[in-house]
Amino acid sequence: MNKRSLALALGAVFFASLAAAQGGADRRRSGYQDMGPALQKMQDDDTANPAMLFVQAGEALWKQKVGAADKACADCHTTASMKGVAARYPAIPAGADKPVDLEGRINLCRTTQQKAEPLRPESDDLLQLTAWVALQSRGDPIAPPDDPRMAAVRAEGERLFTERQGQLNLSCAACHDANAGKKLGGATIPQGHPTGYPLYRLEWQTLGSLKRRLRNCLIGMRAEPYDYNAPEYVALEAYLMERARGMTMDAPAVRP
Amino acid sequence: MANVLINAPKTARRGETIELKALILHPMETGFRPGANGTIIPRNIIQDFTASWNGVEIFRMRMSPAIAANPYVSFCAVASESGVVRLRWSGDNGFAVEESVTVTVT
Amino acid sequence: MTVLATRRRFIAGAAVVTLLPLDAARATPETLAAAIRAVTGDAPLRPGRVALDIPPLVENGNAVPLTVTVESPMTAADHVTAIHVFNEKNPQPHVFDARLGPRNGRALVRTRIKLADTQKVVAVAETSDGAFWSAGADVIVTIAACVEDPT
Repeated sequence: MNKRSLALALGAVFFASLAAAQGGADRRRSGYQDMGPALQKMQDDDTANPAMLFVQAGEALWKQKVGAADKACADCHTTASMKGVAARYPAIPAGADKPVDLEGRINLCRTTQQKAEPLRPESDDLLQLTAWVALQSRGDPIAPPDDPRMAAVRAEGERLFTERQGQLNLSCAACHDANAGKKLGGATIPQGHPTGYPLYRLEWQTLGSLKRRLRNCLIGMRAEPYDYNAPEYVALEAYLMERARGMTMDAPAVRP
Repeated sequence: MANVLINAPKTARRGETIELKALILHPMETGFRPGANGTIIPRNIIQDFTASWNGVEIFRMRMSPAIAANPYVSFCAVASESGVVRLRWSGDNGFAVEESVTVTVT
Repeated sequence: MTVLATRRRFIAGAAVVTLLPLDAARATPETLAAAIRAVTGDAPLRPGRVALDIPPLVENGNAVPLTVTVESPMTAADHVTAIHVFNEKNPQPHVFDARLGPRNGRALVRTRIKLADTQKVVAVAETSDGAFWSAGADVIVTIAACVEDPT
């Protein structure tokens, strides 16, 4: 081996170990990585991913004039300006005093700008609009805002995540931190990173929000789910997004 | 806008075999599931899917309740001449949706 | 994990209770064979030519992707006229019946099916000479750990 090839070989070893070290430092896995190849393929092909039906409908809603102001989302926002938005929320929008999630942000626009009724939680219209907005952040890293006011919100979210509750005396963390990667029945317990919401869950056979997923978990723990408009969801979502900071957005995703 | 997504190449070489994919929003309720009040939710499925190329039927599929919700169907076709591929879904409760795409054969 | 396991058993038990009334309607190997015979008549079912691509392990039986392809020149003289898929345990064993011809160029159908339980899936192709070819696959359907409360 001459000097040049030795240097190349050493370089290769160095980068391989660097990559391994980085891989070791970040053990986070998205739900996409936990799925089998058939479901990954279903998500990757936009004509096979059922969530894209909702995106298509959301694009039509984006352009539709509504409310007393007779304005469409598209009258104020360009499509390009929506890039990264879903990767940032929950956040405290300018002029607001409390954090909202992406659905809440859409409804703020409806009530303050479009002068329309807010869309019902988990309604088709809200899911469709959210899916279209979220698609614009596909491939972007999750990037919660550096707003110092969000620290308390995330801390509250972490408290809710780790607090035992319900008749089974479980916490979110009991499954998704302490036992993630292990099997519960035949299913792998995911780490619970919100990279793909809203997503098409085969269990639901439709599109659903992170809020719906959180409600599922609460019901599964035999705990009383918070009301749909409760601030607890926004706090949990804010904590989960911080926990997934830097992970890649893959909304609208497919999950089992 | 119908809740349909169709993926077909816009252009194809004459004689080339192309794949067409179609996705439609539909619950495909089996008629075997009990609802929240314990009574069976009535069946509501798409029964037939047909595809025609310039009016000539080229593919037909009879579906049962075991086809997954929001049915996805993919099949092949020989690009014989430029024209309109018309897809039609029909089923329970008078469900009928038609969508078409144009393929230019060069 | 004890708590989880107990809960799991509880859910499994609840599922059995819910599904019992439907058992009479469930297909069995016999009804699977009968459903296939309803299509093939007295013609023999030959193994081969058909490829059934379906995941061996399914994370949720509500939408199981499958692809059926059949070796055929797809000419006017020699082509596949139909592709059928059957299963063993769903209430109705005949999942779909697709009609094809030389205009398809390639004998292929992709779709997604529901499988309530671990079972056998069979694809049958009919060719223009009246022969029937088939391929089968065993699919393990895992039951989701956290199912949504239906109410």
